[in-house]
Amino acid sequence: MIITGIGVFFLFLGNFGILRLPDVYNRIQAGTKCTTFGTFFTVVGIGIIEPGWFWKCLLIAVFVLVTNPISSHAIARASKKSGVPLCDRSVVDQTKEFDEKEKA
Amino acid sequence: MSETIIIVFLGLIAVGILLSLIRMLIGPTASDRAVAVDTITTTIVALFVILAFVFKRYIYLDVSLVYSLLAFVGLCAIARFMEGGV
Repeated sequence: MIITGIGVFFLFLGNFGILRLPDVYNRIQAGTKCTTFGTFFTVVGIGIIEPGWFWKCLLIAVFVLVTNPISSHAIARASKKSGVPLCDRSVVDQTKEFDEKEKA
Repeated sequence: MSETIIIVFLGLIAVGILLSLIRMLIGPTASDRAVAVDTITTTIVALFVILAFVFKRYIYLDVSLVYSLLAFVGLCAIARFMEGGV
Protein backbone atom coordinates (compact mmCIF):
# COMPACT_ATOMS: atom_id res chain seq x y z
CA MET A 1 0.00 0.00 0.00
CA ILE A 2 2.89 2.38 0.75
CA ILE A 3 4.52 1.55 -2.62
CA THR A 4 1.23 2.26 -4.40
CA GLY A 5 1.00 5.57 -2.51
CA ILE A 6 4.47 6.59 -3.70
CA GLY A 7 3.47 5.77 -7.28
CA VAL A 8 0.21 7.72 -7.13
CA PHE A 9 2.00 10.73 -5.66
CA PHE A 10 4.49 10.70 -8.54
CA LEU A 11 1.67 10.38 -11.08
CA PHE A 12 0.07 13.49 -9.58
CA LEU A 13 3.39 15.36 -9.71
CA GLY A 14 3.84 14.42 -13.36
CA ASN A 15 0.42 15.72 -14.32
CA PHE A 16 1.04 18.89 -12.30
CA GLY A 17 4.32 19.43 -14.17
CA ILE A 18 2.49 19.06 -17.48
CA LEU A 19 0.35 22.03 -16.49
CA ARG A 20 3.07 24.19 -14.91
CA LEU A 21 6.25 23.98 -17.00
CA PRO A 22 6.89 26.60 -19.70
CA ASP A 23 8.06 24.59 -22.70
CA VAL A 24 7.30 21.47 -24.76
CA TYR A 25 10.62 19.81 -23.92
CA ASN A 26 10.31 20.53 -20.20
CA ARG A 27 6.81 19.10 -20.30
CA ILE A 28 8.07 15.93 -22.00
CA GLN A 29 10.64 15.56 -19.22
CA ALA A 30 8.05 15.92 -16.44
CA GLY A 31 5.37 13.89 -18.14
CA THR A 32 7.50 10.95 -19.14
CA LYS A 33 9.81 10.50 -16.17
CA CYS A 34 7.23 11.00 -13.45
CA THR A 35 4.51 8.93 -15.07
CA THR A 36 6.84 6.04 -15.93
CA PHE A 37 8.12 5.87 -12.34
CA GLY A 38 4.63 6.38 -10.91
CA THR A 39 2.97 3.75 -13.07
CA PHE A 40 5.72 1.23 -12.35
CA PHE A 41 5.40 1.69 -8.59
CA THR A 42 1.59 1.75 -8.61
CA VAL A 43 1.24 -1.44 -10.63
CA VAL A 44 3.94 -3.34 -8.73
CA GLY A 45 2.38 -2.21 -5.43
CA ILE A 46 -1.01 -3.59 -6.47
CA GLY A 47 0.76 -6.81 -7.48
CA ILE A 48 2.30 -7.08 -4.01
CA ILE A 49 -1.07 -6.47 -2.32
CA GLU A 50 -2.74 -9.21 -4.43
CA PRO A 51 -0.07 -11.95 -4.72
CA GLY A 52 -1.98 -13.92 -7.37
CA TRP A 53 -1.78 -11.02 -9.79
CA PHE A 54 1.93 -10.34 -9.38
CA TRP A 55 3.27 -11.65 -12.69
CA LYS A 56 0.63 -9.96 -14.84
CA CYS A 57 1.19 -6.69 -12.98
CA LEU A 58 4.93 -7.04 -13.55
CA LEU A 59 4.24 -7.61 -17.26
CA ILE A 60 2.21 -4.38 -17.46
CA ALA A 61 4.89 -2.47 -15.54
CA VAL A 62 7.74 -3.69 -17.76
CA PHE A 63 5.70 -2.92 -20.87
CA VAL A 64 5.10 0.67 -19.74
CA LEU A 65 8.76 0.94 -18.74
CA VAL A 66 9.84 -0.05 -22.26
CA THR A 67 7.33 1.77 -24.46
CA ASN A 68 6.82 5.09 -22.68
CA PRO A 69 10.35 6.49 -23.28
CA ILE A 70 10.19 5.38 -26.93
CA SER A 71 6.96 7.25 -27.63
CA SER A 72 8.10 10.38 -25.79
CA HIS A 73 11.40 10.35 -27.69
CA ALA A 74 9.47 10.11 -30.95
CA ILE A 75 7.33 13.10 -29.95
CA ALA A 76 10.39 15.13 -28.91
CA ARG A 77 12.13 14.41 -32.21
CA ALA A 78 8.99 15.28 -34.19
CA SER A 79 8.46 18.56 -32.35
CA LYS A 80 12.12 19.52 -32.83
CA LYS A 81 11.90 18.76 -36.54
CA SER A 82 8.62 20.64 -36.97
CA GLY A 83 10.23 23.74 -35.48
CA VAL A 84 8.70 24.21 -32.03
CA PRO A 85 10.87 26.87 -30.29
CA LEU A 86 12.50 26.53 -26.89
CA CYS A 87 11.37 28.83 -24.09
CA ASP A 88 13.16 32.14 -23.42
CA ARG A 89 14.95 31.01 -20.28
CA SER A 90 16.69 28.04 -21.93
CA VAL A 91 20.43 28.08 -21.35
CA VAL A 92 21.89 25.65 -23.87
CA ASP A 93 20.67 24.36 -27.25
CA GLN A 94 23.05 21.67 -28.41
CA THR A 95 21.16 20.89 -31.61
CA LYS A 96 21.78 24.43 -32.86
CA GLU A 97 25.50 24.12 -32.00
CA PHE A 98 25.58 20.80 -33.84
CA ASP A 99 23.94 22.32 -36.93
CA GLU A 100 26.43 25.20 -36.98
CA LYS A 101 29.32 22.78 -36.64
CA GLU A 102 27.96 20.72 -39.53
CA LYS A 103 27.58 23.82 -41.65
CA ALA A 104 31.11 25.12 -40.97
CA MET B 1 -9.06 2.50 6.68
CA SER B 2 -8.03 0.77 3.47
CA GLU B 3 -11.07 2.16 1.65
CA THR B 4 -10.15 5.70 2.69
CA ILE B 5 -6.62 5.31 1.31
CA ILE B 6 -7.96 3.93 -1.99
CA ILE B 7 -10.38 6.86 -2.29
CA VAL B 8 -7.50 9.30 -1.70
CA PHE B 9 -5.48 7.57 -4.44
CA LEU B 10 -8.35 7.74 -6.92
CA GLY B 11 -8.93 11.41 -6.07
CA LEU B 12 -5.26 12.28 -6.65
CA ILE B 13 -5.30 10.51 -10.02
CA ALA B 14 -8.53 12.27 -11.02
CA VAL B 15 -7.15 15.71 -10.13
CA GLY B 16 -3.96 14.93 -12.09
CA ILE B 17 -5.93 13.90 -15.17
CA LEU B 18 -7.93 17.13 -14.91
CA LEU B 19 -4.70 19.19 -14.81
CA SER B 20 -3.38 17.44 -17.92
CA LEU B 21 -6.76 17.92 -19.59
CA ILE B 22 -6.49 21.69 -19.03
CA ARG B 23 -3.07 21.63 -20.71
CA MET B 24 -4.52 19.59 -23.56
CA LEU B 25 -7.24 22.20 -24.09
CA ILE B 26 -5.09 25.37 -23.87
CA GLY B 27 -1.81 23.98 -25.27
CA PRO B 28 -0.26 26.43 -27.76
CA THR B 29 1.13 23.88 -30.24
CA ALA B 30 0.19 20.39 -31.37
CA SER B 31 3.20 18.91 -29.54
CA ASP B 32 1.87 20.15 -26.21
CA ARG B 33 -1.38 18.34 -26.84
CA ALA B 34 0.40 15.15 -27.87
CA VAL B 35 2.51 15.21 -24.70
CA ALA B 36 -0.60 15.80 -22.59
CA VAL B 37 -2.34 12.84 -24.23
CA ASP B 38 0.74 10.68 -23.59
CA THR B 39 0.67 11.56 -19.90
CA ILE B 40 -3.08 11.01 -19.61
CA THR B 41 -2.91 7.54 -21.19
CA THR B 42 -0.04 6.43 -18.96
CA THR B 43 -1.97 7.67 -15.93
CA ILE B 44 -5.09 5.81 -17.04
CA VAL B 45 -3.11 2.53 -17.21
CA ALA B 46 -2.34 2.91 -13.49
CA LEU B 47 -5.97 3.92 -12.85
CA PHE B 48 -7.21 0.71 -14.51
CA VAL B 49 -4.97 -1.42 -12.31
CA ILE B 50 -6.22 0.33 -9.15
CA LEU B 51 -9.83 -0.16 -10.34
CA ALA B 52 -9.10 -3.85 -10.91
CA PHE B 53 -8.00 -4.05 -7.27
CA VAL B 54 -11.11 -2.16 -6.09
CA PHE B 55 -13.63 -4.28 -8.01
CA LYS B 56 -11.60 -7.54 -7.69
CA ARG B 57 -11.82 -8.13 -11.45
CA TYR B 58 -8.80 -9.88 -12.97
CA ILE B 59 -9.92 -9.03 -16.53
CA TYR B 60 -9.22 -5.29 -16.03
CA LEU B 61 -5.49 -6.06 -16.08
CA ASP B 62 -5.87 -7.33 -19.66
CA VAL B 63 -7.80 -4.19 -20.52
CA SER B 64 -4.97 -2.10 -19.10
CA LEU B 65 -2.32 -3.98 -21.09
CA VAL B 66 -4.18 -3.61 -24.39
CA TYR B 67 -4.86 0.06 -23.64
CA SER B 68 -1.17 0.80 -23.12
CA LEU B 69 -0.31 -1.05 -26.35
CA LEU B 70 -2.85 0.96 -28.37
CA ALA B 71 -1.67 4.22 -26.79
CA PHE B 72 1.93 3.43 -27.76
CA VAL B 73 1.03 2.68 -31.38
CA GLY B 74 -1.20 5.77 -31.63
CA LEU B 75 1.44 8.10 -30.22
CA CYS B 76 4.08 6.75 -32.61
CA ALA B 77 1.65 7.40 -35.48
CA ILE B 78 1.03 10.98 -34.24
CA ALA B 79 4.78 11.58 -33.95
CA ARG B 80 5.39 10.30 -37.50
CA PHE B 81 2.61 12.57 -38.74
CA MET B 82 4.03 15.66 -37.01
CA GLU B 83 7.48 14.87 -38.38
CA GLY B 84 5.99 14.91 -41.87
CA GLY B 85 7.04 11.41 -42.89
CA VAL B 86 3.70 9.67 -43.40
